Amino acid sequence: MDIQVTKIGMVSCSGEELPEGTISRIACRKVLTDLKPNETVTICLPLFIAGGEEERKFAKKYPTITVDGCEKLCAAKSTEMFSGKPSKSLVVPDILKKHNLSAPKKLRHFGDEDQAAIQAVADEIAKSVKEVLEND
Amino acid sequence: MEKKNKKVVVLPCSGIGKVFGALARETTYELVERVRPNSAVTTCLAKLVIEDTETKQLVKENPVITIDGCPKECARKSAESQGVNVARSFQTIDFYKAHKDMKPEGISELDETGRRLAAIAADELATVIDELAVQEEQ
Ligand code: SF4
Ligand code: SF4
Repeated sequence: MDIQVTKIGMVSCSGEELPEGTISRIACRKVLTDLKPNETVTICLPLFIAGGEEERKFAKKYPTITVDGCEKLCAAKSTEMFSGKPSKSLVVPDILKKHNLSAPKKLRHFGDEDQAAIQAVADEIAKSVKEVLEND
Repeated sequence: MEKKNKKVVVLPCSGIGKVFGALARETTYELVERVRPNSAVTTCLAKLVIEDTETKQLVKENPVITIDGCPKECARKSAESQGVNVARSFQTIDFYKAHKDMKPEGISELDETGRRLAAIAADELATVIDELAVQEEQ
């Protein structure tokens, strides 16, 4: 019997203008490489937008989790526009608030003091991956 | 001739799957934070897609350059698909080809070599920013 392993596509906004955009990017990478390597793939948002065949095909076929750096929800809206409604839409400031953490002050080169924020977002994504897989 | 205070908008692809996407992002930050903080600015590429009014205005009123990681040119294509006139486009893989002794590593965070290569790329792009800013000031 074939066992179908379902994967989740994570779409990070990777917003360049806000530290929270950098967090969304790093946290998604952390989930991909450390927390849920067998259950996730990431989808480059610009590749998705620019019409990468494979990326759009994947997002149409599999559930997606979007991770946005602010309430403008660029990743969630773009995913919905090009593929379909995300199964979960996460927003970095909401997660940080829930954990009583503040966002880094700079856009890059995060230090030790910023790791808790990255970890909290990565854990929340991993939790959502589990939930979406269980509900599918 | 009246001088207008124009900025050059730098849009990287920030590709999450390749080191050269990370290099594009780091090169952009080098440009806007260190090399040309007064004339180069960046904004979230994704904001263009959601039709953010301020962002649309910014790229309409100022020259735009894109920095992509690889020949797929996602930033350039994304920007152009939103009607942005891209003045110049670059690929960070070309900076690596020109400096083969500096192999960047790391996607979430570039390693030291990657950061040095991004600094070199940004230094080389400074003249492009200057040319575009001057043109826009005429
Ligand atoms: S959601 Fe916010 S941080 Fe992310 S790309 Fe959009 S504007 Fe930038
Ligand atoms: S240009 Fe290349 S590195 Fe950048 S997002 Fe596209 S595929 Fe990824």
